[in-house]
Amino acid sequence: MHPAPSVIIFTTFSGLGFGMLFWLGIGVHTPTGFTAFAYFTVAYLMAVGGLLASTFHLGHPERALKAFTQWRSSWLSREGIAAVAALIVMALYGAGLVFAATPFPLVGIIGAILAALTVFTTSMIYTQLKTVPRWNQWPTPALFMSLSLGGGALFVGQVTLAFLLLLIAAVIQGIHWVAGDSRLADSGTTLGTATGLGTMGRVKAFEPPHTGTNYLLREFVHEVGRKHAFKLRVIAFGLGYALPLLLLALPYSFLLAALAAIAHVAGILASRWLFFAEAEHVVGLYYGKR
Amino acid sequence: MTQLPQTTERKLGLVIDLDTCVGCHACVVSCKGWNTENYGAPLSDQEPYGEDPSGTFLNRVHSYEVTPAEPDATAKLIHFPKSCLHCEDAPCVTVCPTGASYKRVEDGIVLVNESDCIGCGLCAWACPYGARELDAKEKVMKKCTLCVDRIYNENLPEEDREPACVRTCPANARHFGDFADPESNVSKLTAERGGMDLMPEMGTKPVNKYLPPRPRDAAPDMDVLTPLLKPVATEAKGFVGWLDKALSTLPGGKN
Repeated sequence: MHPAPSVIIFTTFSGLGFGMLFWLGIGVHTPTGFTAFAYFTVAYLMAVGGLLASTFHLGHPERALKAFTQWRSSWLSREGIAAVAALIVMALYGAGLVFAATPFPLVGIIGAILAALTVFTTSMIYTQLKTVPRWNQWPTPALFMSLSLGGGALFVGQVTLAFLLLLIAAVIQGIHWVAGDSRLADSGTTLGTATGLGTMGRVKAFEPPHTGTNYLLREFVHEVGRKHAFKLRVIAFGLGYALPLLLLALPYSFLLAALAAIAHVAGILASRWLFFAEAEHVVGLYYGKR
Repeated sequence: MTQLPQTTERKLGLVIDLDTCVGCHACVVSCKGWNTENYGAPLSDQEPYGEDPSGTFLNRVHSYEVTPAEPDATAKLIHFPKSCLHCEDAPCVTVCPTGASYKRVEDGIVLVNESDCIGCGLCAWACPYGARELDAKEKVMKKCTLCVDRIYNENLPEEDREPACVRTCPANARHFGDFADPESNVSKLTAERGGMDLMPEMGTKPVNKYLPPRPRDAAPDMDVLTPLLKPVATEAKGFVGWLDKALSTLPGGKN
């Protein structure tokens, strides 16, 4: 899959933003006044900024409101609704903390559930696709959820929570990579089943439909970027998980926590780039590519 | 509405005969010709005469080489036209967030209402066949309409009321009809020739069927006595035979 910057930024930052809103809503930390304002500003910048980035890859963003209508069947539609609902409810909760220094626990909990639901619906947009076997597995929602909650806890300054959740996320990331590597082969989809000619013998793509490229190849076939996949996995794992875990294990200081947060974001951006670049869409088979 | 209908009254679709397709791409050209100036947004090209030409096509013809497992069988070249299969369980429809993608209850055709399409591309991600392409100029999703603006068009002579690709195919490798009717030409062809689904494991239940290439005829023996004839020499003789033997004795020369 083409690793478009808009979706990488969207999934990374809105995941962190909604993760922050989850913990603020749960009430593990109830800042008030100006401190609360600072926390909610960071959370909203990441959550809303990510959502706005995702609209950049739309062909017709002016019709985006129509995307709220098909929640019965579409995970993308459900995500839009969950995101807006979470942002509205958490704005009420945040207003209580900032202006009245009063937490409304029920509002916070509803907002937290909606925030977690938003991240889950995001992950299901990818998980539902049978056409991308690497995404079509249970570790995908588990990874998105654990990263959002772990990263959110890190940004809310909850050291123990962040440590535990990032540890879990690191394990799921490993499972996602290792299990993902054999998903295409295990899916049973080959050029033979794609063309129905597999029963006759070994099928080889002889000639593509056109000499030039096309939308399908640009969007779904990304072989070049996978060349450095292993190195990038090491970088993503080191920055996104290992370094933050090490820094969080040291005696707490604001500087170390800030460093952990920065390393985590950089690592997760790299891991999200790989999430797209390494994902093989079965349509590539028709072109003799992955 | 992006929920799929339980059943459709008719199941219009294509049968594509891989045995007779000659790979001339006439269906590609007629498809682009008809669909760029009729239903919906035109099918744009980018740099059509430049260094890196590309464009939107609703139908593309691939060519595949199939090598049979038998050791002395020769490889076959098979031309393979590919367009939307109008699946009964179309994953492209259910993922659409706006309701722009839909499957028609009356005839099963999968269409895009372009004025509702936000160009998110998720339907193209969900399609295993690469049947949907986002037009780079119009920024909306384009796909095969089964020439919905031809097949019911009373302004056209009756023989033209079929998809442009079917009408133009010089090899008669494409057939259009109703799969819900067991007596239709397409249902009969599918039954007779063992029409197959592409990627059945995806669970999309494609309506379009592909007819596999027929086995090639074997050259018949010229005469009943042919098997008794002296076989053509397979061992080298004379100078070449000596050379073969001499070289074979050298280390690494045996095979």
